Amino acid sequence: MILLVVPHADGKIGRAAYELASAARNIGREGPVTALVLGSGVAAVAAKAAHIGDQVLVADLPELAQFDPELWSAAVAQIAQEGEAHTILIAASRDGRAYSPRVAVKLDAPLLEDVASVQDRGGTLVAERYCFLTRVTETIEAQAKVTVVSVKPGAFAPELPAPEAAEQFDVDLQLLPRRVAITGKEKEDTGRIALAEADLVVAGGRGVGSPEGFTQLVVGLADQLGAAVGATRAVVDAGWRPYSEQVGQTGKTVQPKAYIAVGISGAVQHISGMSKSACIVAINKDPDAPIFHFADYGIVGDVRQIVPALIAELRK
Amino acid sequence: MRILALIRQVLDAEETVRVADNKVDLDGRKLVMDTMDEYGVEEALRLREKGADAEIVVVAVGPARVLEAVRAALAMGADRAIHVETDVALDAIALSSVIGQIAKAEQADLVLCGGQQADWDSQALGAAIAERLAWPQVTWTKTLELNGATLTGKHDTDDGVESFALSLPAVLTTQQGLNDPRYPTLPNIVKSKKKEIRKDTLEAYNVTPKVKLQGVAVQSKERLRKILDGKDAPAAAALLVQSLRQEAGVIQ
Repeated sequence: MILLVVPHADGKIGRAAYELASAARNIGREGPVTALVLGSGVAAVAAKAAHIGDQVLVADLPELAQFDPELWSAAVAQIAQEGEAHTILIAASRDGRAYSPRVAVKLDAPLLEDVASVQDRGGTLVAERYCFLTRVTETIEAQAKVTVVSVKPGAFAPELPAPEAAEQFDVDLQLLPRRVAITGKEKEDTGRIALAEADLVVAGGRGVGSPEGFTQLVVGLADQLGAAVGATRAVVDAGWRPYSEQVGQTGKTVQPKAYIAVGISGAVQHISGMSKSACIVAINKDPDAPIFHFADYGIVGDVRQIVPALIAELRK
Repeated sequence: MRILALIRQVLDAEETVRVADNKVDLDGRKLVMDTMDEYGVEEALRLREKGADAEIVVVAVGPARVLEAVRAALAMGADRAIHVETDVALDAIALSSVIGQIAKAEQADLVLCGGQQADWDSQALGAAIAERLAWPQVTWTKTLELNGATLTGKHDTDDGVESFALSLPAVLTTQQGLNDPRYPTLPNIVKSKKKEIRKDTLEAYNVTPKVKLQGVAVQSKERLRKILDGKDAPAAAALLVQSLRQEAGVIQ
């Protein structure tokens, strides 16, 4: 069977779950798709997951109220073994990438990490993924009885939920106590569209001048377009914006239909997080800024004049 | 206590990527210690400077050229190094087995490694090492304190910043923002030349890569690069909006 671990947060199932379903349907391997829901108080998530897999396994346990890579990997490895899964699909979110390697080690399985495509070719799984700060696409392969695959968010077109609900089963897990205590959480819920799921992203860099400039120009333009807000590492380090908005090597990777970069020069590490966007728009005062090299459209000019003019034009 | 800082040598981020022989060509290119790992070396030094009675051992697995990065870490202040010399390209899961075995043999209490390798774009190494050792892990550490055998700090997650507490032994992955790595001073560079670098061969560790590389291609998505002059802001804005609506069709 293909074991698909359902990503969810705050009682909601995300787009990533339907992307995993798409990866499972297109991988070209036999066997039912089993959706696994791990968490506490996840009945609503399980009900949704029933429209993803051919069957749903639910581990609804108080110990799973908060993510922990040791608990998650132990649970997934146990269920994969019991169900004789040949392929394990995990979303390559931060959390997913923190526990999928442990699953691979537990099962003595290869890990195809953060893949943009994956296909069975005569028993061998062949995958494409990005490397060298997203500047290179590598094609890798693994031939094994069990393979762990983490799937890049946004790389697969989400599968539509099946009309019929699959059967649900509760599973029993042997879990050891967690060893990393989470003593606090600064949730950076800005109430905006999630970056990873947005079709449009407006992102700002130091070139917007100040936190106020960011709010006025970047957030202002994003509001006008109904877009998510992104930021560079420099902006986040300066405390202007929360880390959850950071795009780049040490932040999120996004590939929206359009990425509008405001006052961003285009450091390699930032480009790494957005270079797969379908359309890239850059506004910067420096005509030699590297960002223009990656842009489909751009304006060389002062962001404090160009962006308000854009907002005005969009309001017309 | 003993801290293991894992380092890898990667292509400098400012270098352009070239492909030869169906893999990324590193010949004659500027190679550096992966900056993500540099934060780990620096953090180990800081833990000691803040009072931890720690020996800091740098571990590197790779061809002879990796010694440059090893020497850089020793010049920063690490005490000694282990270099497993090999030309075999290991994947993260295979490499974790080597590091796990070294950590056990060295009776390490803490293993530090970069949160994402700049060549692999992988985040798997720290977690895989932790699993090899059956230790807990914390990824994307941004602040860290050690009191006795208790580590506390903050780390980045998908939707925010968490505070954590755990007991040694553990594996932590490091990233930009955790600290500001020091430049080696001349006296430290001189001193580092006398530090021990123990050579080892990969054969001793019995590992084989499970993932095979078929080939690579450099990204070459052609961009339109229609760049307008913004001296007349309203005119440029009008043109851009028109292009985005009618040509690109990305906004309404």
